[in-house]
Amino acid sequence: MSGKQFLLDGQPVSFEEGQSILEAARKAGHYIPSLCWHKDFPAHGSCKLCVVKAAGRHVSACATPAREGWEVESNTPEMNGERRGLLQMLFVEGNHFCPSCEKSGNCELQALGYEYEMLTPRFRHFYPERPVDASHPDILLDFNRCIFCELCVRASRDVDGKSVFALTGRGIDKHLVVNAESGRLADTDFSKDDLAAHICPVGVILHKGPGFAVPIGERSYDGASIREKKLREEEAS
Amino acid sequence: MSVLPSSTVAPLDDILLRHGHQPTALLQILIEAQDIEGWLPASTLTRIAEGLHIPRARVEGVAGFYSFLYQHPVGRYRVLFSDNITDRMLGNAELLDTLCRKLWVEPGKTSEDGLVSITTTSCTGLCDQGPAMLVNGRAIGQLNHRRINEIAELIRQQRPLDLWPAGYFRVDDNIRRKDALLNLEMTPGMALGAAIRQGRDGWLAGMQASNLRGRGGAGFATAVKWASARNAPGEAKVIVCNADEGEPGTFKDRVLLNSYADLVFEGMTLAAWAVGARDGFLYLRGEYRYLLPQLEAVLARRRSAGLLGQQILGEAGFDFDIRIHLGAGAYVCGEESALIESLEGKRGTPRIRPPFPVIKGYLDRPTVVNNVETLAKTCLIALQGGAAFAATGTAQSAGTKLLSISGDCAAPGIYEYPFGVSIARILEDCGASDTQAVQVGGAAGICLATYEFQRRIAYEDVPTAGAFMIFDETRDLFEVARAFVHFFAHESCGFCTPCRVGTSLLKGFMDKLADGHGAKADLADIDWLDRLLKNASHCGLGSAAPNPVIDTLQKFRPAYERRLVSLDFEPAFDLDAALAEARQLTARDDAGAHLHTHGENEK
Amino acid sequence: MNAPSPRKLRVATTSLAGCFGCHMSFLDIDEHLFELVELVEFDRSPLTDIKDVGPCDIGLIEGGVCNAENVHVLRAFRRNCKTLIALGACAVNGGLPAQRNHLPLSECMREVYQFRPGIANGQIPNDPELPLPLDKVRPVHEVVRVDYFLPGCPPSGPAIWKFLTDLISGRTPRLSGGLLHYD
Repeated sequence: MSGKQFLLDGQPVSFEEGQSILEAARKAGHYIPSLCWHKDFPAHGSCKLCVVKAAGRHVSACATPAREGWEVESNTPEMNGERRGLLQMLFVEGNHFCPSCEKSGNCELQALGYEYEMLTPRFRHFYPERPVDASHPDILLDFNRCIFCELCVRASRDVDGKSVFALTGRGIDKHLVVNAESGRLADTDFSKDDLAAHICPVGVILHKGPGFAVPIGERSYDGASIREKKLREEEAS
Repeated sequence: MSVLPSSTVAPLDDILLRHGHQPTALLQILIEAQDIEGWLPASTLTRIAEGLHIPRARVEGVAGFYSFLYQHPVGRYRVLFSDNITDRMLGNAELLDTLCRKLWVEPGKTSEDGLVSITTTSCTGLCDQGPAMLVNGRAIGQLNHRRINEIAELIRQQRPLDLWPAGYFRVDDNIRRKDALLNLEMTPGMALGAAIRQGRDGWLAGMQASNLRGRGGAGFATAVKWASARNAPGEAKVIVCNADEGEPGTFKDRVLLNSYADLVFEGMTLAAWAVGARDGFLYLRGEYRYLLPQLEAVLARRRSAGLLGQQILGEAGFDFDIRIHLGAGAYVCGEESALIESLEGKRGTPRIRPPFPVIKGYLDRPTVVNNVETLAKTCLIALQGGAAFAATGTAQSAGTKLLSISGDCAAPGIYEYPFGVSIARILEDCGASDTQAVQVGGAAGICLATYEFQRRIAYEDVPTAGAFMIFDETRDLFEVARAFVHFFAHESCGFCTPCRVGTSLLKGFMDKLADGHGAKADLADIDWLDRLLKNASHCGLGSAAPNPVIDTLQKFRPAYERRLVSLDFEPAFDLDAALAEARQLTARDDAGAHLHTHGENEK
Repeated sequence: MNAPSPRKLRVATTSLAGCFGCHMSFLDIDEHLFELVELVEFDRSPLTDIKDVGPCDIGLIEGGVCNAENVHVLRAFRRNCKTLIALGACAVNGGLPAQRNHLPLSECMREVYQFRPGIANGQIPNDPELPLPLDKVRPVHEVVRVDYFLPGCPPSGPAIWKFLTDLISGRTPRLSGGLLHYD
């Protein structure tokens, strides 16, 4: 430990040179939310849930190296209000119908909705048209829930070495595609054992079979909040 | 155009070969491959992926990013109407409608015989001679009903573009006021010779003394950028000229590239001399593709004159050459890190910064990205010295600025002024009268009301990349803002949540007001969205997207308020229209089959 | 509870395009029902026989807006209720009925009334007594202004009780901890 510190909501947090605000905060037991960030991958910075105010400027905590002496605001009504707004945006742009989703209770988007007391999607729903892909024997793709974190894209490309997934389109028409001319997952070399099959924070990449083996009410975020769970994971690692 | 497989195989292989099967050339390959059939069939993407040994999904990802790449058939004549607010003010919508009716095609669709497709595109940079269009990539300005009728006829006769009246494709420079840069008559190589005589250090010192700041709008000190790249670790440094002039209302780079290309290329070479770079790229926006042949010719001439290539002007160790890289319809690529991604053959998504391009840019090499005008200006500095340059303009804004003036004025075109010129003076010079507002800096810029016309063009007052759009008292500033909001929603890359969703939500609110469903509560939501976009966006596109709304809500609020139909709440959609389909299915038209759109009529 | 109101608060409830599951969950507050009837009286609600909503303090709306009648009822609630609450997933975001939104209405209607196995010469009913369906199912906040949202499919009895007691006591309702669920 180098002894360098910044202030997070008034509390001193130690960090090592090059460490991001988010990593340093979580190591020190302070939760900054995220959806697209993953400890085994470089920062992505797309979901913006980790937005904090550092030295008066809005930055992504996952992509901004901590700096000595910085004052960082994170768990404040203002920042949490912005996070709630970002969650509302993610909910209205896709089709997130929790009662029918196998991922309900294990879904990070949903858990963050609870954490930041999102009671309403607030805006007009876009109700986009996103057909599911059930072609693969072991995996179902339900694109309705995609939040474009690219974790599957990155895991498949950088770890599995397969590049099964990619994003195409632009802006609000951006969408996930698979590596096959047919557009079907069955025509790729995707396997249920790939890292990419286990990394989706929401309910896009679903394993056929388990379904509701763990009943609603007994799932990851039914008992503990995502804040508690992520900090526990951090401690254990 | 033949579509026999045997005739398409060879050209695609040729294209791949010509680009050395390099994945970095993916965007260039896609652009050229599209020329074969006018669009990119799924099998073409597969073959490109195989040829480059990259995943097909990546090819599809890139092909889907750029507006000018099509994965569905489009017309053999592909007509794109420029849809900047200045085109709208000149009646482009009616002209588009007329052309569609004459050719029996719906906007945005392809005619059944595959002959023609007609739709809109973001500003094509012909605001001084609009309304404008691109036909298969070639620009036609000064559209009017007569010209539209003629074009309809030419398309119906399937006349090849080369046989259309040459006058159609004439693009005027419309230079109205010249100052230091546009008056410079320089023999190619003169500035370079001067800089070489000063030595690399001396030349960089001259640049430092000049206080030249970037003309792309941000105003970063050019010499600092150059010095950073020069000092960054890594031998193979890169100079990029950003000619992705996508800011609506800007067209000065078009004129510089058309008539002053030697200054631009010489500027790039001057940058290479200072930085020690060997590779240069000109990133040319797809809308300016028609300039490509003449730019290639200038490069060829400069190579044979010893101004590019090995040992430039005989200077041992000074090797530098320039390649032109085409864009394909993506405003976000004007952001320097997105531009670099695009240069690498990827989707134009802005990178996380730091590291900045001067440290890690193209292929992680130290890379300088400069605006076209910035680079051209360096010739002046090489010839006249940094101190002389610094002595012009204002204290914090040395030199002159090219303004692209369009909208409600007698003489739209290019005006070069020393920094510090007032808005009022510019309006007078270009023959504007009864001016209500001026949008400076394009959609991302600032909207100035009459009480601000004494303000000055300068980094310390009103900074600008050069767009200057004038709106007289007959114009509706709400519609101006709405046009820009549509532009940003169309051009958002979709990477970060606030910009991807926020620009669409903002567009929804502006359309809600425009469609007669506005309520006071919407203005609060618009405010809230503006703030979130500004605060939380990943890059400048998202944080600038609400600017037109913020400015007009502040300065022209009645333009919004007069559209409100409720001081409380109003649905965004027409409830009665939402029953129309059911009425049709049941053949009902009784009173119960209708809904009052405004709830208050119902008691 | 501080400063109890001198009179009982008047509460109305209804279900639009919903399954009455939220109302069932409402009944799951069990013995709290006795406390509740001390504090409130009911206007239009499945619990009473009142057909039209009158002036109320609180209106609870279950279900999304799927047809013309839903619009009329919802507007009447909005006109009469000082505080309007979207109760449950369907009211909050359209819920299950909104799953038809990606299908054209004509396809839905024909499938149900004409092409379903066992139906011969079926016709889409056109009785003026029947409300016409909207082209899309809407959450209630897209049709009227909504003051509070209580998500869940259904929200649990304890969540409903917490929400109502907050409101009745003059606290801005908050749902956190285990009380907030979307499923």
